[in-house]
Amino acid sequence: MSMTRPPEAVTVPLRPPVAAQPPTATRSLVEEFAEGLDAPICLTWELTYACNLSCVHCLSSSGRRDPRELSTEECFAVIDELERLQVFYVNIGGGEPMLRPDFFQILEYAAAHHVGVKFSTNGTFIDAAAARRLAAMDYLDIQISIDGADPDVNDAVRGEGSFAAARAAMDHLRDAGFGPFKISLVVTRHNVGQLDGFKAIADEYGAQLRVTRLRPSGRGADTWHELHPTQAQQRELYHWLMGRPDVLTGDSFFHLSALGDPLPGLNLCGAGRVVCLIDPVGDVYACPFVIHDEFLAGNIRDTGGFTRVWRESELFASLREPDSEGACVSCGSYDACQGGCMASKFFVGLELTDPDPECVLGHAEPLLAAIAADTATGRRADPPRPGADHSRPGVPVPSPVTLRPTRRSRG
Amino acid sequence: MATEVMTESATTVNDASPEEHDVPGVTGPEDLVEDELLVEEVSIDGMCGVY
Amino acid sequence: MTSARDAPSVVPAVARGAVYRLAQNVSLRPERFGALAYSFDTRKLSFLKHPDLVSVVSSFDGIATVGEVFDTVGVDPRRHASFLSALATLETSEMICHVDDPAP
Repeated sequence: MSMTRPPEAVTVPLRPPVAAQPPTATRSLVEEFAEGLDAPICLTWELTYACNLSCVHCLSSSGRRDPRELSTEECFAVIDELERLQVFYVNIGGGEPMLRPDFFQILEYAAAHHVGVKFSTNGTFIDAAAARRLAAMDYLDIQISIDGADPDVNDAVRGEGSFAAARAAMDHLRDAGFGPFKISLVVTRHNVGQLDGFKAIADEYGAQLRVTRLRPSGRGADTWHELHPTQAQQRELYHWLMGRPDVLTGDSFFHLSALGDPLPGLNLCGAGRVVCLIDPVGDVYACPFVIHDEFLAGNIRDTGGFTRVWRESELFASLREPDSEGACVSCGSYDACQGGCMASKFFVGLELTDPDPECVLGHAEPLLAAIAADTATGRRADPPRPGADHSRPGVPVPSPVTLRPTRRSRG
Repeated sequence: MATEVMTESATTVNDASPEEHDVPGVTGPEDLVEDELLVEEVSIDGMCGVY
Repeated sequence: MTSARDAPSVVPAVARGAVYRLAQNVSLRPERFGALAYSFDTRKLSFLKHPDLVSVVSSFDGIATVGEVFDTVGVDPRRHASFLSALATLETSEMICHVDDPAP
């Protein structure tokens, strides 16, 4: 099935196009992207808050399905919009997206409508049959999440049995001839020493390794201070990544680029500019790490759907304006690190104009110390709490792998 | 840092003439031809905000 | 006429007499600065930085030569070398395909 669009079918922007401007050598991709595009390049789409795991740092605080989840028809309508906008691919996640009964239908609909899919999964539900079904699909990437190179380190974060479940999924994909998949981890204080071990696992399967940043988002807010890598570990990570350009990062470590040569990638926060999140109930957030009213742009069920939210929301308009104030803009390293991650600042109680809490130059240290000491600095002593908590009540965090899908109310 | 070209005439290379680009600080097609890189490859995974 | 040799490139520039078409499974998306091109097969994303380059790539029909398309689009001759280099980059990343036996 061809994914090529004939030139006549190319989408015309809804508003009058800006006169085309020829580039100069210095008007870089980053400068263009920072102003925002008429459509995302790709985006994260969390299909459900249901999950069979209870990972300690879950950015979406997942566990229980929200009864207001988008219906299958609503999901198809989202895909239709993404097709019209020429969004190139979606990262389907959750919660655990394979817990949606219509999971395969949604994947097939996307492929039939010129939207590539990568889905992120804990792998529990990729058995031999599912692996064969997935191997038969096209324009599909799979990303399996682990957070340790062995069961001890991994399961401490993701729950007993979760490492084994992930490895079983990888074995099934390999046996079914799926081809290269991605293995993705979140770097913590406890697994940063296992980077070579992760790479070895990826190499064993011919898979691509993806190493990503822990943000204090969702359940991560509760444990970030204990789990996030130390400054020394961040430096170690930076050098490890610089020596391995084949390891993906999702551009999530651009704050480390202030350490020296920039890491590969745009080194730019894409939230609300080239990417965003659509959540299971149709809420659109700047990115999956800021599921909070402060970063809620709108809802796809509102008039104008996703397109209107992307192009007209106040939140996204403000994100697309150049930074004009704050300590970071006048720092000599700003060009390299772009002031770091909004989510990281927001959920530790810093202002968005403050340095990143993991600023490699240590510029956030005094502010963080003041917050910890609860002194009157004009900063928030009580950091914002994440948006709605979808954790399963009474279930420990983390909890052992369960194969039973969570029950959901029908109708 | 080179100045950005914003003049209307610069967007239509067919009718650009050397005189229009004699304004100090404004680059013209001659300058662009020498070292412009018109295609840049980016990793689809290289956008922060997709996990 | 500027020779392709003078173009700043790491791959040989394409020939004016060659015929190209957009590769299968490539999505070309116009932007204010040019276009984004994404290959569903290779997962590569390319940024085309000039609107005329976008017009050129969009005009490839597997019949007209590169030179003919330059003329149809009206590419400034002073840009031809950099456009030939750009097309070579797009060919290397499999966004466009050389057509060996173009239709007469």
